[in-house]
Amino acid sequence: MLRESDRRVGQDPRQPDRAFVAPLLVLAVGNPSRGDDALGPWLLDHLAAGPARHARRVELMTDFQLQVEHAVDLVGRRAVLFVDAARPAAGPPAAPARGWASLERVRPEPGRDWTTHALSPQRLLAVYEQVTGHVAPPAWVLAIEGRSFELGEPLSDEARLSLARAVELAARWILATPLPRRAAAPLIQEWM
Amino acid sequence: MTDRVVSPVAAGASPALRRVAIDPVTRVEGHGKVTLLLDADNRVVQARLHIVEFRGFERFVVGRPYWELPVMVQRLCGICPVSHHLAACKALDAALGFDRVPPVAEAMRRLMHHGQILQSHALHFFHLSSPDLLFGFASEPARRNILGVAQAHPDIAREGVLLRKFGQEVIRLTSGKRVHGTGAVPGGVNRHLGADERDGLAVELPQVLEWCERAVALAARLYEADRPRHDRFGHTPAAMLSIVGRDGAMDLYDGHLRARNAAGGLILDGQPVAGYLDLIEESVRPWSYMKFPALRHPAGGPGWYRVGPLARVQNVDRIPTPRAEGARQRFLAAFGDAPVHAVLATHWARMIEMLHAAEVIAGLLDDEILLAADGGPLAWPMPAEQAGATDREGVGVIEAPRGTLIHHYTLGADDRVTSCNLIVSTTHNNDAMQAAVCAVAADEFDGRDLNEGMLNAIEVAIRAYDPCLSCATHALGDMPLEVSLARLDGQVLDRIVRQSDGRIDHAA
Repeated sequence: MLRESDRRVGQDPRQPDRAFVAPLLVLAVGNPSRGDDALGPWLLDHLAAGPARHARRVELMTDFQLQVEHAVDLVGRRAVLFVDAARPAAGPPAAPARGWASLERVRPEPGRDWTTHALSPQRLLAVYEQVTGHVAPPAWVLAIEGRSFELGEPLSDEARLSLARAVELAARWILATPLPRRAAAPLIQEWM
Repeated sequence: MTDRVVSPVAAGASPALRRVAIDPVTRVEGHGKVTLLLDADNRVVQARLHIVEFRGFERFVVGRPYWELPVMVQRLCGICPVSHHLAACKALDAALGFDRVPPVAEAMRRLMHHGQILQSHALHFFHLSSPDLLFGFASEPARRNILGVAQAHPDIAREGVLLRKFGQEVIRLTSGKRVHGTGAVPGGVNRHLGADERDGLAVELPQVLEWCERAVALAARLYEADRPRHDRFGHTPAAMLSIVGRDGAMDLYDGHLRARNAAGGLILDGQPVAGYLDLIEESVRPWSYMKFPALRHPAGGPGWYRVGPLARVQNVDRIPTPRAEGARQRFLAAFGDAPVHAVLATHWARMIEMLHAAEVIAGLLDDEILLAADGGPLAWPMPAEQAGATDREGVGVIEAPRGTLIHHYTLGADDRVTSCNLIVSTTHNNDAMQAAVCAVAADEFDGRDLNEGMLNAIEVAIRAYDPCLSCATHALGDMPLEVSLARLDGQVLDRIVRQSDGRIDHAA
């Protein structure tokens, strides 16, 4: 099982604050060079200037895609928000709503491993439970609609509208998620 | 990403019931698609793994100032950005006339690279905890045996996760950031390690080395657990290509090109990487957008070759770190010192390389040069712009986790990129993967129709190469896999698809 000491593997000993773990984690995935795939990283930039400036309440993290080691980043969290770009499903044209984001609760889904390269949030939560032996923290996915994912493109106009809605949803999530009365760090010991 | 379909109503957004799929296409897209061609006797005679090669990046960088490349190329791939970062820097070193970088820069780059190798290979250690993924479904007794081996090592998953975390910490400290680091620059690096950073990594090494040794032993036991099947599965004799150190020892960061034929004989050696175009030609085939590299002058046998761990551990004369060399000797002895071409042995070879990477990291952390204690420069100064200068050209080659990675640029007098050619590991392995899929399909096909067991086997063969298609192409993430059976004249006889949620659609 993962232990408190596992979080410290290779971490910088110059940072005495390492034992502290912000109770909320916003983990955004996306490639900043691929058009609207940059929505996740862009959202973090917006949050960094807003509610997330309360750094002891929330940690902002970004990566290209989810992988097993992100299970370590979930240790000690009270709640987790995954952020990712999404695109409209195939099918008949929908109503011309412009700018769209959605918040959905997700739960661990062990399921079949499909890839050695990327995990879904649900699978990552299952990995967390596999390697810690504990129930995964409550988690949500913030899906932000994008339209175009070509290399070198800027955010599309639709994505900019989606982003504004997503920032609102994420800020609400950060401020509305109840925190424990105690400091966050002892949570880890609770789980050992 | 997920494939879940969510409703916008939950967000209180548009009342129109639009449905949005959160799917993996933004980074990895498309189906993995395999077509198996049958002859008149219903035997599989050819497999075509269709993947759409991602060549857009080469156009994307043309016209950009060269100093943007080391950061920009990391956006190529979420799996091995560090390998692209270093290959680009090495190519720019060559283009700018730096034969070598300052000693501290070389040490920092090597440390970063081996951190990348370790963290990438560690993912396979993690996946050994559910060996179905890497070894597929065997007969029931053999399957119980394989699962039993994995279950006897309950901590594999945790250790795999923590090894990845350690490798990423090495990357963070050498490149400056966990993702999109800027540590290497043309002519050197822009940072060195602090003593406390070095010590923070070093204290973890005994544990890291122990886990890596355990990983090699586990991979070996899993392979041995169903030896006859694993020897036969996807057995595809192929030439082997990699760079090796100038003394013939394994050097994943720098060296010259070497290739052996399938029998293990040297067919080229000591070739400077700058001349790769004299050795390798890339061809196209009408049914695939992906290029097919081959050796120009194959000494007997086909020109195509294999890169990556299985090729590397056999291409070198030795591994210069003792634990990994011991493991390599045991690996070779297990096959009677004959060339190994069983694709599932790749997982074993990969774990040997992971152990090597940990040993290299240990050696580098012992070297005071990392701390720049000699006060020498971190990077050479950039050459001044010269009016009327002609195009400059540079090739950078590195052994990325999945195999040889080539970056080749030309720079104009205005310091902008005028051309770019990349050959990534998955492209090198294109023919070898097709051959492995064909071998597996021919072995598994019952002469009638497709079935799930065959689809599993094909996936396992592809996965042994761990194709990093997010840079070679956009396929194989949460990969729906489609296998078709066709006559040589193109008539489709059967089709089976596994959707990304695991559902099987079978339509003749």
